[in-house]
Amino acid sequence: MTSAVEVAGLTVVRGRREVLHGLDFTIPLGEVTGLLGPSGCGKSTLMRVLVGVQAGVAGTVSVFGEPAGSRSLRHRIGYVTQAPSVYDDLSVAENLAFFARVLGEERAEVERCIAAVDLGDQADQVVARLSGGQRSRVGLAVALLGSPSLLVLDEPTVGLDPVLREDLWSMFHRLAATGVAVLVSSHVMDEAERCDRLLLMRDGVFLADGSPAEIKRVAGLTDDADIEQAFLAIVRRSPT
Amino acid sequence: MSSRVTLAVAGRVLAQLRRDHRTLAIMVVLPCLLISLLWWMFEDLPGAPFDRVGPALLAMFPFIVMFLVTSVTTLRERSGGTLERLLAMPMGRLDFLFGYALAFGLVAAVQSAAAVGLAVGLLDLSIEGPVWLLTVVAVADAVLGSALGLFVSAFARSEFQAVQFMPALVIPQILLCGLFVPRPALPAVLEGIGDVLPLSAAVDAMTHLTRSSSTGEVWADLAVVAGYAAAGLALGAATLRRRTP
Ligand SMILES: Nc1ncnc2c1ncn2[C@@H]1O[C@H](COP(=O)(O)OP(=O)(O)OP(=O)(O)O)[C@@H](O)[C@H]1O
Ligand SMILES: [Mg+2]
Repeated sequence: MTSAVEVAGLTVVRGRREVLHGLDFTIPLGEVTGLLGPSGCGKSTLMRVLVGVQAGVAGTVSVFGEPAGSRSLRHRIGYVTQAPSVYDDLSVAENLAFFARVLGEERAEVERCIAAVDLGDQADQVVARLSGGQRSRVGLAVALLGSPSLLVLDEPTVGLDPVLREDLWSMFHRLAATGVAVLVSSHVMDEAERCDRLLLMRDGVFLADGSPAEIKRVAGLTDDADIEQAFLAIVRRSPT
Repeated sequence: MSSRVTLAVAGRVLAQLRRDHRTLAIMVVLPCLLISLLWWMFEDLPGAPFDRVGPALLAMFPFIVMFLVTSVTTLRERSGGTLERLLAMPMGRLDFLFGYALAFGLVAAVQSAAAVGLAVGLLDLSIEGPVWLLTVVAVADAVLGSALGLFVSAFARSEFQAVQFMPALVIPQILLCGLFVPRPALPAVLEGIGDVLPLSAAVDAMTHLTRSSSTGEVWADLAVVAGYAAAGLALGAATLRRRTP
């Protein structure tokens, strides 16, 4: 099996509105897939569907061959919500230790994940006293517990400085190289070039699906154009 | 259900409380201060009125404090994303609920031990029944407060709103529990309502323990409190959806 996720005809209704309109896509193992699109287009909703916490879902969504949200999948997916989703009043190590206990992971796993996001020096600090970027790395460290085979990361690089972003993207690629499927969302188009594959989204539908180079070609642009231009070109062309 | 996860949740809630000295003080020290204040107010009045209100206070504080603390902390879990993350993990909803009930039950035990110790030891509240049973009632009462707090947190959008549920759900119970006007002296309709409210059963149990050494009625009242607490937890579980809109 080369896909972690296979989705057909996915529609989601939130409140009274349909926010995802019949999506078909797959997410391959061993690649970093970027989910890009403007604010409010449905990125978080799609991610919530994959981890099985979204209601109002129609269509088939299978993760590792099982329906999304199945009990057996809960050990195999690492998820960071758009908020860092950690406890502000606990230290970094206490946060990790708690989630590790919920997952039934060893103590050593806590240290490994803290080191993976480079927070070793802050391990005993209370999360509330960390910077925004450090805090979101704590959230990421929790998602790495137990080495899940699918990582669903909702805007993990927002608000981080360029050096740190660079570090995180290399980490995503290192993880992908070990066979993990990494899905990263962003509303910043300049992160697109760092993905192996892109899903460009707008108002609950995909405008394009492919590698950055393929998408530029589809948009009729050359390789030195950026994804933002490609996005705009495709938007202008598509009937609204 | 997994005892590992339940204990993890309980341990984490206690670790958070240990860090939060102010909340801890509100939970344990404040009830003692308020009980002392009431004792002082009644000091010069004839007829030992503190013996009448004391038991009701011992029943009220665990209930109110746990209601407030639980509704605000679980609301924070809902809005901060940690609940969503936990529900995406192998955590049962009951693990979460029982973890909270366990942690706050423990705190309630400490709180009521302090309050009972103060009321009986220093303020001369006379107690005929077994003191440990007084603590059991207080813990059941605290779990009831936690269960209700958990339930209302599903309907509040902010911590401010969560606190507003207190006048709606808690104050009527305080008014009708017999503290201000003995329930038999209330108009019939209010007496009927007062008789079935959970806090009334807790107050009755406490009052009984101060007046008589027989425990039969105490266990009956305790069963009522426990029944309401279980119903509250079931309602709380119903509002704790893995999939949300
Ligand atoms: N709880 C909710 N109830 C009803 N509608 C919602 C809810 N949450 C989000 N929506 C709607 O669903 C749509 C998609 O929201 P979503 O959060 O998935 O967007 P997003 O792409 O993640 O945006 P952002 O980049 O700002 O995070 C939006 O139009 C939003 O208004
Ligand atoms: Mg979002």
